[in-house]
Amino acid sequence: MSDIIYNLFDREVHPPYLAPEYKSTILRSPTKPLVLLKQSLSELSGPVFGDFNLGEFDHDLTKNSIVNGQPLGERIVVHGKVMNENGRPIPNTLIEIWQANSCGRYVHKVDQHDAPLDPNFLGAGRCMTDSEGNYKFYTIKPGAYPWGNHPNAWRPNHIHFSLFGANITNRLVTQMYFPGDPLLQYDPIYLAVPPKGRDLLISQFDLSITEPNFALGYRFDFVLRGNNATPFEKQ
Amino acid sequence: MKQTPSQTVGPYFAYSLTPEQYLYNFKSLVGNIMVNPTEHPEAITIVGKVFDGENNVIPDAMIEIWQNDGENQLFGRFGTGTDSQSRFIFHTIKPKSVNGQAPYLSVIIFMRGQLIHSYSRIYFSDEVALNEKDEVLNSVEKERRKTLIAQKNGASGSSSGYEFNIYMQGENETVFFEI
Repeated sequence: MSDIIYNLFDREVHPPYLAPEYKSTILRSPTKPLVLLKQSLSELSGPVFGDFNLGEFDHDLTKNSIVNGQPLGERIVVHGKVMNENGRPIPNTLIEIWQANSCGRYVHKVDQHDAPLDPNFLGAGRCMTDSEGNYKFYTIKPGAYPWGNHPNAWRPNHIHFSLFGANITNRLVTQMYFPGDPLLQYDPIYLAVPPKGRDLLISQFDLSITEPNFALGYRFDFVLRGNNATPFEKQ
Repeated sequence: MKQTPSQTVGPYFAYSLTPEQYLYNFKSLVGNIMVNPTEHPEAITIVGKVFDGENNVIPDAMIEIWQNDGENQLFGRFGTGTDSQSRFIFHTIKPKSVNGQAPYLSVIIFMRGQLIHSYSRIYFSDEVALNEKDEVLNSVEKERRKTLIAQKNGASGSSSGYEFNIYMQGENETVFFEI
């Protein structure tokens, strides 16, 4: 293990800490240069989540919070693969998601947007990738919602994702967007990503995973930080 | 293949990532009790706040702690939105020294207004000898090292309590690492 060094964040695609158009970054972004740390045992390991704790419908947001009926909105399937920069799939890693409902309202108590809550939709889910790094969620397509960053600011439709990967260098929290969303060109959170990285945050419509008479399919793959091992070296 | 870019955790993570702490009807996979203090007499408590560039306490951050000293692998997660003082609180044990390094915890910090998370470390004020010769601490400018050291008997006041505050900006800006 001591020979393995993980790549750093690729700053060609990751957003900076400070992006003044996204106003909350102004007082919350570190201003001093990061201190480069030699990776040691703690960085080269991370929490391992067995699937023993996951509920039967944790991956199915259309079912995991039903009270008295089905959630409203357009059912979708979101699937893809988690891998690292070397192209190696990352199996058995935890993915957690959260999102607004079809009206653009979050369950979170802080969300004051005057759009209806859905009694049958929480908007939280999670799953483990399978042995080949694949994951799949069923959910409802999230709505756009207004926020206070600037006058008439609206977030594009998006699903929040949290991933762990091989170790804590791989930790990633991000947002998946939908193809063709006209709000993307106005969104300072999305636009904080350098141009080279932006397309990587947009899912692709996928007819092959679309379920007839049930749900539209979208594909979204994740690439986490890789390492200096060749693809065939023992890790 | 290009890395998937990071985006902010935003303000509404709690019902998925820390649901039980925030009283949502969804089971939490992890929480802030990394070891049960009643079962571990050597358990420690770490409390702290996260401050923005105007010294306001940040009530919507999420802190993760990872520790691995080769013997124990422990992970915790806590949001700053439920404590009346917007503190984070963790119950764990102090890790062992590995290869003569000072013991430390790895910290990952997420919040609205951070487009990409921050990494830091928590060292311990009562490990003076190991801290003084620690390679990582010595790689940090001397006047900034104190930002990485949790103070024993801090805010909690108990014999096993440590205080560790995180300053995103300002003259006390915490040291954040590129790992």
